[in-house]
Amino acid sequence: MKTTNRKIISESEKRQRVYFGVTLIVIGLLIYLIFGLNTPAGAMATFGLNLSGAHAFEVPDLVLPAQTGIYAMATIAVFAGAYQLARGTRSTGWLTGILAFTFVVSFLLWAAQDKSFSLTGMLSSSVVRATPIVLAALCGVISERAAVINIGIEGIMLMAAQIAVITATLSGNLYVGLLSAILIGGLIAALHAYLVIRFKVDQTVSSVAINIFGAGATAFISSRFMQSAGDTLNNSGTFPIISIPLLSKIPVLGPVLFENNLVVYLAIVLVIAMHILLYYTPWGLRTRAVGEHPKAADTLGVNVYLTRYVNVILGGMIAGLGGAYFTIGSVGRFDEAMTAGKGFIGLAAMIFGNWNPIGAYASSLIFGFADSLQVKLQILRIPIPSEFLLMAPYIVTMIILTGVVGRATPPAADGQPYEK
Amino acid sequence: MTNVLELRGITKRFPGVLANDQISIALREGKILALLGENGAGKSTLMNILYGLYQPDEGEIIVRGQKVDIHGPNDAIAQGIGMVHQHFMLVPVMTVTENVMLGIEPTRNRVFLDKEKVAKRIREISDQYGLEVDPQAYIKDLPVGIQQRVEIIKVLYRQADILILDEPTAVLTPQEVEGLFKIIDTLIKSGKSIIFITHKLKEVLAVADDITVLRLGKVVGSIDPKEATSEILATMMVGRDVNLVVQKENAKPAGPVLVVENLYVRDERQHMTVQGVSFEVRQGEVLGLAGVQGNGQTELVYALTGLLPIDAGSIHLLGESIRHAPPRKILERGVAHIPEDRQRHGLILSFPIHDNMMLCTYYQPPFARGIALQPAPIFSNAEELVKQYDVRTPNIYVNAGTLSGGNQQKVIVAREFSRPIKLLVASQPTRGLDVGSIEYIHKQIIKKRDEGCGVLVVSSELDEILALSDRIAVIYKGQIMAIVDANTATKEQLGLLMAGVHLSETSNKN
Repeated sequence: MKTTNRKIISESEKRQRVYFGVTLIVIGLLIYLIFGLNTPAGAMATFGLNLSGAHAFEVPDLVLPAQTGIYAMATIAVFAGAYQLARGTRSTGWLTGILAFTFVVSFLLWAAQDKSFSLTGMLSSSVVRATPIVLAALCGVISERAAVINIGIEGIMLMAAQIAVITATLSGNLYVGLLSAILIGGLIAALHAYLVIRFKVDQTVSSVAINIFGAGATAFISSRFMQSAGDTLNNSGTFPIISIPLLSKIPVLGPVLFENNLVVYLAIVLVIAMHILLYYTPWGLRTRAVGEHPKAADTLGVNVYLTRYVNVILGGMIAGLGGAYFTIGSVGRFDEAMTAGKGFIGLAAMIFGNWNPIGAYASSLIFGFADSLQVKLQILRIPIPSEFLLMAPYIVTMIILTGVVGRATPPAADGQPYEK
Repeated sequence: MTNVLELRGITKRFPGVLANDQISIALREGKILALLGENGAGKSTLMNILYGLYQPDEGEIIVRGQKVDIHGPNDAIAQGIGMVHQHFMLVPVMTVTENVMLGIEPTRNRVFLDKEKVAKRIREISDQYGLEVDPQAYIKDLPVGIQQRVEIIKVLYRQADILILDEPTAVLTPQEVEGLFKIIDTLIKSGKSIIFITHKLKEVLAVADDITVLRLGKVVGSIDPKEATSEILATMMVGRDVNLVVQKENAKPAGPVLVVENLYVRDERQHMTVQGVSFEVRQGEVLGLAGVQGNGQTELVYALTGLLPIDAGSIHLLGESIRHAPPRKILERGVAHIPEDRQRHGLILSFPIHDNMMLCTYYQPPFARGIALQPAPIFSNAEELVKQYDVRTPNIYVNAGTLSGGNQQKVIVAREFSRPIKLLVASQPTRGLDVGSIEYIHKQIIKKRDEGCGVLVVSSELDEILALSDRIAVIYKGQIMAIVDANTATKEQLGLLMAGVHLSETSNKN
């Protein structure tokens, strides 16, 4: 191929280059105008790196001059934008990264001026808040890799959350709650699988039905039985924090990763396990083949329907675990609609993570970060109405999805029923 | 000589269709049996039964003298039967190794895929049969000819000694076909037996040891290739005498209808698949665009008909730029399009024939008045076209999806030709059609040419290109390799151009 062809730049590419350049410059200016001008010179922002009650070795806190830091961030954004307009790089990932980094850092510097902000605390809560999101995302990954769409994760998690707390309270054993949540998740997913594989019901319709049913059923049970029964049905306690010896002593990383409860650890283990299973075992090879080209798998004697059943049901069980997080893994009681869209955000994490477990975890952490940022900022009492802060995770979801959707490639047969 | 495989009295019924009717065939050990028949003759059904994808209603399968039951691909594989499918059964985003091992994965520690072991075996098979391929390559990066090798390796990896090749040459260049025939030769020498399914007469005569011809689900007869000729085989296939050569006079080209200059187009995945294409189509001539599938033809045609945006370059229709014109504008200026995928882009299968017959002009009188459709003219238009273009259908009210491929194509041709057109863009106009329909469609295209219409025929079938064209452009990797005169062009020359080999003597003959 001749090299001259490479020089042809399409109009859409040019437009994208200008778009990114301008956005970066605008963000740089906004950083300067909003945060920079509202930060007095000499104000120091303190970022706490220790967590009270944690086992980690103490390290000194990070103290930064707020205004200088903000100006530095603004300068980086503007320079990156100008460079982009002048030369243009192709990596939109880097540009988005710079955009997010400069904005978030200067935002934090501004919010933490003259105050102390616990960075470790926020990272730790990011990991915790990412847990139900990544479990939902893993459910999506495992189902859609076998080409079955399941957007009923939200409903599954809600029902699992409720079952978990009821069974755990009645039996007085949290593990009973955990197992029933996983079981109910698997059962509902099995119903979804049966409908869409056996009867070729539209996959979206079937899973929307699960969401509606989940919301309705849990609300009914909650108001009809749980509220009147009070503590006899709806007070299970939660899994205790387990500190991993030695590892939990690492500063910053220790409290963030190695001082969590069972559900959080299970989520991390599942991410790694799923990655290995998907790419290094026969089951994973077959799953990917079934999701990409089911007919090819079929002609080689792979049972397409069985693979899909297994994956969708396993996915449902993972979503069930995610549901358990909300009650027995977090607050010990059930409230209506307490999943608050985490199942859907999980699907966004799956797409952003390109249907890959590790990628899904990375994007879940971003959503978890947005979620915990919102909580911490309310504590700092910054002059932004808390209603707006509450929107943060959902706004991040929308921004990420608009930027990514269309570029991420789903499994080729995703959502299509298989006919022999 | 013993029969390694026999099918006796195989019958398969689908709702409303008798796909196989008491079919019996025999494959001799170490020989090539050619199974010849038109699309819809029941070849693929028969092979799918043999491979366990369908169950026969009657009949038996005998492998090496033993009657066997084949309930799925696994049973077939266990009997040493392997199939190379017409549409390759390969996962594009996986490597050669992963594709080969799928379904019978060897493992280390009983858990982890043992890719090295498979890759080693692939190299052994490559060496043994001359099937050069890189086990680590991704399928999506490989040319079609190599993908076919991977399919053959897949079969050999499963230790098949009876190979079914389903229309193996449909997607290959003439040179790749030569390569395939060499591979087939090596396979036979090492003791394999092969069933070769095709509808191409010349290939049958070139490779087969035995020929069995199917028509409408029945065995018409078997013939020794030494006694057979193309004409005899065609008559057996179609059931009547066919004219294999398109009768046409020399073209009398006039001024240009379509002028394309330095055109660049991206496909939906943003790959630049058309890279600086220039050509013109003149009134009263057929320009054939030859090339192996996937070299930018599809995107080029989409750009010409307004279905894909243009990255750079210009397109002029009768002197007017249609660079940014929407499809309807382009249609209204007299472009007719016979799309490559007739079922997805040419027809609405769930609409009745009478609606399909006016899809380009439904908003104009007489079919519409104001916002209301006018049933009477719609029906009479359809009745007339069905008669004129010999569409075989019970009536005009049945859905287009119920027609056979040939009749669906006739509906499209009828619709497109029923309005005044200046340029006809026909993409793979006879793909998958039976010999009779091909004959008919070709005649219609030549008729349009003789009426002074400019015609662009895009086809991956060289025979079709040679039969119809007055000039031939060859496209390779999105670029026109050369434009040659059809009267002097040879198949070999075109084949080399299609494979990307520049010929200095051909490129001058513009």
